[in-house]
Amino acid sequence: MKLELRGITKRFGALTANDHIDLTIEPGEIHCLLGENGAGKSTLMNVLYGLYKADEGEILLDDTVVHFSGPGDALAAGIGMVHQHFMLIPVFTVAENVMLGHEPVKGGIVLDLPAARELVREISERFGFEIDPDDVVENLPVGAQQRVEIIKALARDAKVLVLDEPTAVLTPQETDELMVIMKQLAASGTSIVFITHKLREVREVADRITVVRLGKIVATASPTASTKELASLMVGRTVDLSVDKNPPKLGAESFVVAGLTVLDATGNRLLDDVTFTIREGEVLAIAGVQGNGQTELTEAILGLRSGVRGSVTLDGKELVGASVRDSLDAGIGFVPEDRKKDGLVAEFSVAENLMLDRSVGEPFAKGLTIKFDYLEDFAEKAIEEFDIRTQGTTTLAGRLSGGNQQKVVLARELSRELRLLIASQPTRGLDVGSIEFVHDRIIATRDSGIPVLIVSTELDEVLGLADRIAVMYRGRIVGIVGPDTTRARLGEMMAGIES
Amino acid sequence: MSKKNPAASPEAVDPVLDTTLDPALEEPAEASRWKVALDEILSGSPLRTILAIILAFVIGAVLIILTNEDFIKASGYIFSRPSDAWNAARGAVGDSYGALFRGSILNFNGDNFTAVVRPFTETLRLAGPLIVAGLGIALSFRVGMFNIGGQGQLLFGAGFAAFVSFQLHLPFPLHLLVAIVVGIGAAAAFGSLVGFLKAKTGAHEVIVTIMLNYVAFYLLTYVMRTPILQDPTAGGTPKTVAPDKSAQFPLLFGDGFALHWGFILVIGATVFFWWLMERSTLGYRFRAVGLNPSAARTAGINVDRVYILAMAISAAFVGLAGVNQALGRTAGFTPNIDSGIGFDAITVALLGGSNAVGVFLAGILFGAMKAGGPAMQVADVAPELLGVVQGLIVLFIAAPPLIRAIFRLPAASTKIPGSRGRIRALKKGVTK
Repeated sequence: MKLELRGITKRFGALTANDHIDLTIEPGEIHCLLGENGAGKSTLMNVLYGLYKADEGEILLDDTVVHFSGPGDALAAGIGMVHQHFMLIPVFTVAENVMLGHEPVKGGIVLDLPAARELVREISERFGFEIDPDDVVENLPVGAQQRVEIIKALARDAKVLVLDEPTAVLTPQETDELMVIMKQLAASGTSIVFITHKLREVREVADRITVVRLGKIVATASPTASTKELASLMVGRTVDLSVDKNPPKLGAESFVVAGLTVLDATGNRLLDDVTFTIREGEVLAIAGVQGNGQTELTEAILGLRSGVRGSVTLDGKELVGASVRDSLDAGIGFVPEDRKKDGLVAEFSVAENLMLDRSVGEPFAKGLTIKFDYLEDFAEKAIEEFDIRTQGTTTLAGRLSGGNQQKVVLARELSRELRLLIASQPTRGLDVGSIEFVHDRIIATRDSGIPVLIVSTELDEVLGLADRIAVMYRGRIVGIVGPDTTRARLGEMMAGIES
Repeated sequence: MSKKNPAASPEAVDPVLDTTLDPALEEPAEASRWKVALDEILSGSPLRTILAIILAFVIGAVLIILTNEDFIKASGYIFSRPSDAWNAARGAVGDSYGALFRGSILNFNGDNFTAVVRPFTETLRLAGPLIVAGLGIALSFRVGMFNIGGQGQLLFGAGFAAFVSFQLHLPFPLHLLVAIVVGIGAAAAFGSLVGFLKAKTGAHEVIVTIMLNYVAFYLLTYVMRTPILQDPTAGGTPKTVAPDKSAQFPLLFGDGFALHWGFILVIGATVFFWWLMERSTLGYRFRAVGLNPSAARTAGINVDRVYILAMAISAAFVGLAGVNQALGRTAGFTPNIDSGIGFDAITVALLGGSNAVGVFLAGILFGAMKAGGPAMQVADVAPELLGVVQGLIVLFIAAPPLIRAIFRLPAASTKIPGSRGRIRALKKGVTK
């Protein structure tokens, strides 16, 4: 099936998210939509999927104009979508999830589960998905869950499959497997729209590449284009993706984690006997697939968790059992992995967010009254220094783009006298320009002689920043290796293979 | 900062807004449905509030017309003489809303100046407890909590103030001050219990406050039957002794008016509320916890302590309403001293958008309806009609899409209560 978008324009108020976008997807093609966050990729796909109504333009399927008033119409027309966040019911089996919404029935009312199971088995075998229809979804690894999403779409005869940032949650191995699946599907005639901002994947799998920037199509490129070329098209300038840094000037082992264990309410070990040290002026990066104890590790260090055993010392001061306030006062700067939930108050202004961790006493308050003049000056300096793109100090933080929100968090955390910086997923969801900025600040912090702990699921980031890499799997540290370790070896470790 | 992004050139989309333009990218809100609804209600614009009030009064007018005897008679022959029905309708609405105005603002029929302006001072007197109690509830809203325990906290404040007012015998200003402080303190302690239970056990404050309303009411009734509070002349009925003269709020404008110094305290409380919520570090922490407890905790704010403190201060404001009730009189009172203020305060807080000025004005409006009720009754309209109007006002405020649809207003912006004042303060900082 040939899919054509003609002159699609979508406005949100004064903002044009999609500006006369023309896009043709040929049958059996893997078409990559490449662009920074906020470039308008997802908006475009939501228009295609019937979630948004375009202000202008039309959608054609095999040269016939179609109108979708909701995802139901799009599905019926053969367009399937795999969202970034899976739309699965965890306690249902694969077959139950796949049939949800169009349950096969016998005799009008009786659920025909065997038919659904057969369908899943058939699709799974045809493409080598290795999915058992009777497995409960929550027991499956993330990569398998994603394949269930794909089966869901194929079970409804999707001719065009939209994959929205599908690799964000996958290990390198799972990503490679997904690439193979994508190629198989394309070979069998399914068109694939692959939305991403990861350049390496694009070059590996795409037949054609369309680059979107600020709501407009800026170029079409072939997969033979170099990473550098693609990156410059994406951001509109030449970027340097590698992180420039000098060899570390190592100081004392000021941060020591020994035998750190975190138990949940039922006694499960979320973090199991984790031990490492970081020296002054060194970056230790924790690599691993999301959900292998990284969150618990940073929260335990900061004092946000209960059920913590073991020891965490910073400059000789024991932090297990200390309150968050004590940990911050000991000199920890913390960039949380979920900045919207833990890093910012979206309804507070930029200025108010900058004093979130110091709401008592100097420098932002005199007695019980906030010194708004001082706060204003402070905010202006931070906006200048951290290049925060905001209309002003009073703009609500929730109105900023992800990159600028992250700069607000960084500006706040780095403005204190630090003895340790913990940055969790510091560049998740950021555009290339902001990534570069954040990385530079992190390296600058390290070079000023402060130990830095980075948690990241992005191998590129880990390899770029780290002086040493600790790989986590199921709450344990599989091993601590040097930054020259190969991608393949790190991938194995992330899957729990020790050596 | 050499890394200016040329992509963000002037003709480009404002980078400040770029990711928020796509609602599908937004994570589903973690906050509870209650909180989302509350945020929506509290972000209401003054315009919408005024329209809601007007609309409620219009519907009230329709009710007045439809229940008016003359109109019903005239509508029997409406096609032969429509003017009769029209005149009857106009007369009915004019009479009753006229009576409401005369009863609550100015009575033009008064013989002397005192009689003319007395209704407005009555409005202020009745508004006082509504305003402070409303401020208390508003504070809990701003911290993301639902204090439904206004009644109980008010009764605690009134009961303890009453105890001091006739069991201790002190000279005038001191006696009054001690009674006020004890009343407020008792209510604050009672309220902090709610915060404590929430912080330590996770008990939901709605359940706890509702249950504590019963505890407070029956406890006070019980104590009013014992010598601690009971008026010995009252026989078996639970009724307190009248406060000593030295513990009563003095009248503001002499004997002609019942308005007393309690209202000055209300004004002071309103100013204090504004400072607390918009200017102080404590209010900053309250707001941070109310808007995003997770981020507040991560930034080192002790969220549990904030819950306890916020409930204590919230209850202290409500307690002041109780003190106002107990000491703003020359006679004793029964356990019905609350007279619905504890619950009306929730309405006042919602109507006032949980900010100081809004709650003050909303309190005056509700006070006016209380003051004007008897006059309306004289004009042959049952004052219960005003209850309907009050309910409708809140319904319209709480159902923003409805009022937007009726008046074809654009969708609500994401304004946060009190943010305009803070933005002004910040702007003042710029010009300096």
